[in-house]
Amino acid sequence: MEWQKTADAVVIGGGMMGTCTAYHLAKLGMKNVVLVEKKTVASGATGRCGAAFRAQWGSRLNIEMGKRCIDKFEHMQEETGMDIGLYQNGYLMIGYTEKEVEIFRESVALQNSMGVPSRMIDHDEARAICPGINVDDALGFSYYERDGQADPFLCNIAHQEAAKRLGVKFQKFTEVTGLKVAGGRIKGVVTSRGEIDAPVVVSAAGAWNRHIGDMAGIDFPVVGERHEALITEAVDFDVCPTMLMSFVGDYYIQQRPNGTIIAGCGPNAYTKADHDPEVMGNSWGFLERTAQVLLKVLPRTRNIGITHQWSGMYDLTPDLQPCIGETDEIKGLWLNVSGCRGFMFGAVAGELVAQMIIRGSSDLDISDFHWRRYAQGKKFKDLMVV
Amino acid sequence: MPEEPQNIVVCRCEEVELEEIREWIDKGYDTFDELKRVLRVGMGPCQGRGCRDIILREISRRTGTPIAEIPCGTFRPPVKAIKVKVAAKGGDR
Repeated sequence: MEWQKTADAVVIGGGMMGTCTAYHLAKLGMKNVVLVEKKTVASGATGRCGAAFRAQWGSRLNIEMGKRCIDKFEHMQEETGMDIGLYQNGYLMIGYTEKEVEIFRESVALQNSMGVPSRMIDHDEARAICPGINVDDALGFSYYERDGQADPFLCNIAHQEAAKRLGVKFQKFTEVTGLKVAGGRIKGVVTSRGEIDAPVVVSAAGAWNRHIGDMAGIDFPVVGERHEALITEAVDFDVCPTMLMSFVGDYYIQQRPNGTIIAGCGPNAYTKADHDPEVMGNSWGFLERTAQVLLKVLPRTRNIGITHQWSGMYDLTPDLQPCIGETDEIKGLWLNVSGCRGFMFGAVAGELVAQMIIRGSSDLDISDFHWRRYAQGKKFKDLMVV
Repeated sequence: MPEEPQNIVVCRCEEVELEEIREWIDKGYDTFDELKRVLRVGMGPCQGRGCRDIILREISRRTGTPIAEIPCGTFRPPVKAIKVKVAAKGGDR
């Protein structure tokens, strides 16, 4: 890809958050958009994620984002011209404590009041939705059938291809090493392959955003945390007909349309490999713990072969919620970080950020996602988080 | 001259044909991992044992990059599939 020294906007990061931002900037009429990516599109968190999306959140803004994301996924093939492996098989949230079930109940009431017809269900219905499931020790469940999954690689690549058609330039294997700032304004980026001058820079580098902030002396409140996942060989399709997820149980299990089963959990449920949490890596402890969860929750998986394990980087923020907006310190420098849900929120967050950059306002007010809330001593509260 | 055979399957796990691979290399997906993400080559149970060399050679031919300079893609554990019930018993017992 030919190098160009100027752009109307530079987007840092080729995951779902960055790629969708670049796509929507171009779609809204910006002529000269460049996306720089340290490796290649979908090589960071998006391509390593659990592949799922949901409207079952516990706060108004997240539920609204979730609803809009479901609409985006349902129309992504038309929007981008590529099959994205959409499969809406619902999310079954499994609660193991009274407190967790109470959070489900309050969240379902809030979701229902906002036009999301999720519902609390009982053990019998949970067993009907996922025959063979062992939920004897669970206390309650919530379920919404329009929640689902899609192929993160294809969603990301579909937006890359659509963005290219609109003239966006993708510079892969290009690492940002510095930001150009003068007079309180962003002036461009310095990269491993040269400089690009631009009046707008969007940092959408997931867990690595903090390093971008450091280049401008700004504290982007993001740290990386490695999470692991595994996938099995392809088996009969109805082994796990819906997404199974529990916050207290600390697991998710789901089956892709090709028959493979993906499962994962948080990093504190097992003995981790002894290395830097910001570096990818695989641990035996994860494999053992997740196999035990599969055996307990879905005993009929016992003879299925686990074929791969991998890891990805969560972009943790102090309240595990998005941090999105223009920095107060440097005009033209934007942060677009999802708080561990970039695949899910990317298409909507990218569009809203593009609207704010181009029009000065967005269809949905997401000012509550601005991270200046931390300086004001506030946190964004939503208990339906991993 | 014999005609080039059609529908050559390169990745047997995911049933990906040579033509598709060439098409995406020409779109700029010129590393193994990029092709893996868009076509699923190497994502099946064999982990690319069958297709990786063929694909790297094809990338080299179409881009003119020496094969040694093309990133060969990630290898992931386990080397061979492990049954859930076996993994659940733990590694050191």
